[in-house]
Amino acid sequence: MKRAAATFLAMSAVALALTIQGQAQDKPAPAASNDPRVGLKPGFRDAGHAARNMELVSTMPKPNGFFDPKQPAGLPTPPRTTAAPAPPPPPTAGATSTPPAATSAAAQGLNFSNSDMAFRKADMFLGNFNGFNTYDIESPKKPRLLASVVCPGGQGDMSVYGNLLFMSVEQTRGRIDCGTQGVTDTVSKERFRGVRIFDITDISKPKQIAAIQSCRGSHTHTLIVDPDDKANIYVYGSGTGAVRSGDELEGCSGRGPQEDPNTALFSIDVIKVPLAAPEKAAIVNRPRIFADPASGAIAGLWQGGNHGEGTQSSRITNQCHDITVFPEVGLAAGACAGNGILMDISDPVHPVRLDQVVDKNFAYWHSATFNNDGTKVIFTDEWGGGTQPRCRATDPPTWGGDAVFDIVDKKLKFGGYYKLPAPQTDMENCVAHNGSIIPVPGRDIMVQAWYQGGVSVFDFTDSTKPIEIAFFDRGPIDEKNLITGGYWSTYWYNGRIYGSEISRGVDIFRLLPSEFLSQNEIDAASSVRLDTFNAQMQPKVNWPPTAAVARAYVDQLTRSHALDAARAAAVKTALDKTDKDKAPRAAIDQLDELAKTIEQEAGAASGRDASRLHALAATLKGRAARLRS
Amino acid sequence: MKASLTVLGVVAALAGAAACRTSGAAAAPPIIQPGAPGEGSRTVQAEQARDLSKVQFTPADVKFMQGMIHHHAQAVDMTDLLATRTSSDDMKKLALRIQVSQNDEMKMMRRWLAARGQEVPGEHAHHMPGAPMMPGMLTPEEMARLAEAKGPEFDRLFLEGMIKHHAGALTMVQELFATPGAGQDSEIYAFASDVDADQRMEIDRMSAMLAALKERQK
Repeated sequence: MKRAAATFLAMSAVALALTIQGQAQDKPAPAASNDPRVGLKPGFRDAGHAARNMELVSTMPKPNGFFDPKQPAGLPTPPRTTAAPAPPPPPTAGATSTPPAATSAAAQGLNFSNSDMAFRKADMFLGNFNGFNTYDIESPKKPRLLASVVCPGGQGDMSVYGNLLFMSVEQTRGRIDCGTQGVTDTVSKERFRGVRIFDITDISKPKQIAAIQSCRGSHTHTLIVDPDDKANIYVYGSGTGAVRSGDELEGCSGRGPQEDPNTALFSIDVIKVPLAAPEKAAIVNRPRIFADPASGAIAGLWQGGNHGEGTQSSRITNQCHDITVFPEVGLAAGACAGNGILMDISDPVHPVRLDQVVDKNFAYWHSATFNNDGTKVIFTDEWGGGTQPRCRATDPPTWGGDAVFDIVDKKLKFGGYYKLPAPQTDMENCVAHNGSIIPVPGRDIMVQAWYQGGVSVFDFTDSTKPIEIAFFDRGPIDEKNLITGGYWSTYWYNGRIYGSEISRGVDIFRLLPSEFLSQNEIDAASSVRLDTFNAQMQPKVNWPPTAAVARAYVDQLTRSHALDAARAAAVKTALDKTDKDKAPRAAIDQLDELAKTIEQEAGAASGRDASRLHALAATLKGRAARLRS
Repeated sequence: MKASLTVLGVVAALAGAAACRTSGAAAAPPIIQPGAPGEGSRTVQAEQARDLSKVQFTPADVKFMQGMIHHHAQAVDMTDLLATRTSSDDMKKLALRIQVSQNDEMKMMRRWLAARGQEVPGEHAHHMPGAPMMPGMLTPEEMARLAEAKGPEFDRLFLEGMIKHHAGALTMVQELFATPGAGQDSEIYAFASDVDADQRMEIDRMSAMLAALKERQK
């Protein structure tokens, strides 16, 4: 989340007004009145919900210590007064005193928000502005709280690597010693803004072993494993907050690049973590990844502002909000305020920008997700910063959503947009947020959080035409007030979808088969088991040659009419016969025969059909080889 | 009644046993508060974990929000002048953006103050005698001079005035963060950070426009 930059909202509002006045291209989506997500009952614990092609397996409220019992949902914000005109100003106004909202002043909006998640084996680490919680998710139906750790500072972005747990801290209240009392002095050695590292060898009692201070703090961070460097791991720290005083942390300057070429703006922090001595982790570079290669100017990318009449106003690119790396393909995608950028990270300490894009519909480039081949990347636009309702029927479908890009010769080529297709109310903060790939072989599918817009699963195999295939949504937290809530992140991990709900807790889902996605495809995705998952460090999935994977390809080829019914039946029969412990030799031979035939057919096919046929043939061949060994 | 209590007790015991078998512990684990790097971790109670009493909004936060409302209100006054005094489309676009943005921020600040039971400055409070002069605000004389100007002269005065005005907002943010205990509430932290980033961006743009204007006037 990036809090609603009011200016920014406002510019959006201007641009929106212009769009409407000018009858510009992007008409708002027609309200899908038959969508079950419309008109859900409001409520914190008893909201109505709607689901399609996925179901809630379990749900857990936030543990004690991570909410205000007097105000468990958070601090209500009075509704925006755009619909009803503001009362006329009193003629002799000195100051009007508004009666306090019916809330405890101690209830502080975002101070207890759940945020991002990381996974290791059967452990889920859920960040919170006030610390983090660890859950045992071995049984998704009965997840169990393992540890609650208080260590405030927001936003609490988490990553895990072995026994090291990383956490982002950006707020001025953050303390080195994890205290809740904040820091009173404006310049203080007690303040902490940056990346913390915990040793979680004893998972029930994490120990802080390092705290790497940075000038802007860490809004998010990204782990990077360098395949050529086993002794270290790296962290990209993305700071978006105000630059602190150089008196507090040496070398910090928030001045413009003209005034101070060493400004902490226009860079990211590269932290090197020696695995043998993680307590010695330190910033080793602050690369100028936005520099103009011709002039060398460090502010070389988007300067802020709109892109012409009727367009969105995009923020100046002096920061990345989030970076997603894909070490196996040596690429990183940076969602960097006014730009989406592609970087070569083969040398992680010195990332090299390969390409950059702007988008006239994007207010704030927020996060990035590659597909499994590293041939596409989805960027999200957090228009309104996450605290505003931006999925109403009147909001443009190209604003506050996703843009899908193909990566062609290491350049970004725009494909299409995706936005939550069901209109939400004024009382639901909603915009594109964090998600991950669902590893269905042969397709590109993502599950994504939309705050109070719920969860949306969509296919972007055709980058120009993303299409929704499953969803889950609840009604607004409150009927009359916009209370910031909903899903911060929804990630696929080893067969289930985990949702981090800002105020309600944790939800775990499973996918259900439908005309859009077969049980075989779900099984194939579920067969992928990872030991660790950090959404911002994408692993490349290589599917094992299992029957489930082969069947998933058969379903896809049948759907696209690239495999005739007889051949599909033959493959299924052969797979069925080899499903047993002792597969008959003839059936194994049959797999090899089919693999050969299908490989030949692939030669005559083209596009996705060809690659799926190749993949099916390889899977059958691999399966036969395994059965023989 | 007694019988059903017994039944409930048995059910609870069974449930507890089941939980023990699957999880090894039925009660919520203790809350851990790590120490600084190299220091040990300790156990704290939930009341301590959620204790925000020291990071409440402070009088300085309230003053910042109230002062910024005055400050923004003058920016809107300045942009109101623009419609009849400039002939530049770029200036009109700039002004519209500033106007809507400052109005939107004022709404946010009013909500923030109201939700915390604090005094909310009225819409015309900044015109009233004794209204505070916040950093960067134009004096009544400067406002009068701006109101009298037209064409490129107005554009120049407007840009110079608004750059100064915005720079004042940056000063206010600096002062906020330079006040002990201030700016620690999550929302005010985020808001002040955004004001800083956004106004810097607009200053950059206006500086470029001002340079171009002066170039044309040479």
